[in-house]
Amino acid sequence: MEQLLQVNDLITSFRTTGGKLPAVRGVSFSVNEGETLCIVGESGCGKSITTLSVIGLLPNNGEISEGSIKFQGEELTTKKEKELRKLRGNDISMIFQEPMTALNPVFTIGYQLMEPLKTHRRMSNKEMRSKSIDLLKQVGIPDPEKKLKQFPHELSGGMRQRVLIAIALACNPSLLIADEPTTALDVTIQAQILDLIDDLKTDLGMGVVMVTHDMGVVAEVADRVMVMYAGNVVETGTVDEIFSSPKHPYTKGLLASVPNVDDTDHKLEAIPGSLPNLNETIHGCRFHPRCPFAMEKCVEKDPPQFKVSQQQYSKCWLQEEGISSEPKDRAYS
Amino acid sequence: MSLKTEPILEVSHVKKYFPVKSSFLKKTVGNVQAVENVSVDVREGETLGVVGESGCGKSTFGRTVLGLDTLTEGSIKFRGEEIGGLSDRQLKKYKKEMQMIFQDPYASLNPRQRVGEALEEAFIIHTKLSKAERVQRVKDLLKEVGLKEEHAERYPHEFSGGQRQRIGIARAVSLNPSLIVCDEAVSALDVSVQAQIIKLLKELQHSHQLTYLFISHDLGVVRHICDRVLVMYLGATMELAPAEELFANPLHPYTQALLSAIPRPVPGRKKERIKLQGDLPNPANYPSGCPFHTRCPLAHERCRVEVPEWREVQPDHFVACHEV
Repeated sequence: MEQLLQVNDLITSFRTTGGKLPAVRGVSFSVNEGETLCIVGESGCGKSITTLSVIGLLPNNGEISEGSIKFQGEELTTKKEKELRKLRGNDISMIFQEPMTALNPVFTIGYQLMEPLKTHRRMSNKEMRSKSIDLLKQVGIPDPEKKLKQFPHELSGGMRQRVLIAIALACNPSLLIADEPTTALDVTIQAQILDLIDDLKTDLGMGVVMVTHDMGVVAEVADRVMVMYAGNVVETGTVDEIFSSPKHPYTKGLLASVPNVDDTDHKLEAIPGSLPNLNETIHGCRFHPRCPFAMEKCVEKDPPQFKVSQQQYSKCWLQEEGISSEPKDRAYS
Repeated sequence: MSLKTEPILEVSHVKKYFPVKSSFLKKTVGNVQAVENVSVDVREGETLGVVGESGCGKSTFGRTVLGLDTLTEGSIKFRGEEIGGLSDRQLKKYKKEMQMIFQDPYASLNPRQRVGEALEEAFIIHTKLSKAERVQRVKDLLKEVGLKEEHAERYPHEFSGGQRQRIGIARAVSLNPSLIVCDEAVSALDVSVQAQIIKLLKELQHSHQLTYLFISHDLGVVRHICDRVLVMYLGATMELAPAEELFANPLHPYTQALLSAIPRPVPGRKKERIKLQGDLPNPANYPSGCPFHTRCPLAHERCRVEVPEWREVQPDHFVACHEV
């Protein structure tokens, strides 16, 4: 499989009155064609900022301070805005979390659907119209001819999310970034949307980066998982490795705090405390104040990524000498 | 916890309609049938979960029970006394007994009021405590929900989401109520914090002998903390059963579809999903017969015409479906 996206040591920071604050602190990952990478973590851990850095849509006070982002071998960080525009919506597309706010309320669905085609493809009006109808059919919207003339407020949340997916797919992107695409939707609609993204991935051979905080969604769609905490990648691995043998205490805590519908005996355990602020300086590992296994070393020095297996890496000192991190009794309670 | 205790709340045939007015003469031209004929008993000391998709009327149901929305039809009895349709003044003595925890703790706190003052308000309205006693009670409350005494001097924006929800919980338990309606109380929180709040709710239930009406769309959480679960769809009740029974043996096709749609945190185990077609119908244009018939895979002629009866098919297991 071809490698599609390669991100190396990405540091994204924000200029604030309190100085320059890094929200993403040295993140590296890659995505292959036809592969789904899920980025998980609590809100504020930098997962959305990572994806916004890739597509070049950071807020005005944000900037990529260091690192490289290579898409199909081309460096994106040095590209001008004009060049990035040629990529955005064409080779790289994004689906946003809120289908209500991502669509423009004063333009029809048809207009918004044809916009990427108008920008990136030389097509006649007739061709664009028939392409739009095809796209709406592809994402499972009934009565597409009528929908083209309707406005976003006339559609339900699930339908709007489908329209957003159709817009994202308009130019057959090779990389699709989905930022919490189903968080605002009900479970029955969520199931429809997840299946849709999965089918399209298989059919079109896209690479997908999905940002989510729902471990259930991760288990369903991911091939590989990247766990983030406070701007760092703390663990990466295949979906099976992350769920069956998580190595980092944060990943374990995250999994232990998800209520499981099938397992009645599952004891819900919370991670104590909450995510640190961007401006908080924490010496050593940024997770150590909440970590039940924290040692002296964790306070002194930030751990590097330790290799666990072919694909699995954990950023934790426990891995250094293979110290077992099997949960001590009630480690998280 | 025994499930065979006395009901603390008896809800029978409750309806809540919101009138749709015409734009000019304000004539009522229709109704949004938000809650359609709900009957359920809430038993002392239990946690009754109310689940369903957004727009199914679960929040309106919770608000109607507390008298925050006026009742259209039906009766609500609290410890045997009718409280449906009482005026605000008559309801005041019951408000001490019944409280609510809201979804968005930030929106339910006054941003210009110190947390201590916000918590003190309930004591000013409902008790005759002196200032010093009230301040002491506030401090005790904060400690009880896992915050610190000095937090009373702070403003809501200085707290994280989880801490704000703790404040919302402190406010709700301040007058020692017996029933608390939790409306999506943990939905806005991150999983790790969510687990902390669930733990706190359980501890308080134990120490204060609380009864919870737990409204949520997250079936995993409901499975974890509820004794019995009520499934609602488009304002109507579909199924009611003890949690274990409902998750192991769902009878209603809607419950089955809902349960099969939950993403399970177990990779490589793609369960066969029952796919529901389409979206929720508009409650202003209420379907005839069974409200679920427009999306039901089993629907036939009878479902389109006749509203299925709410009946007990097994002890403690209620369902409204012609096919069961």
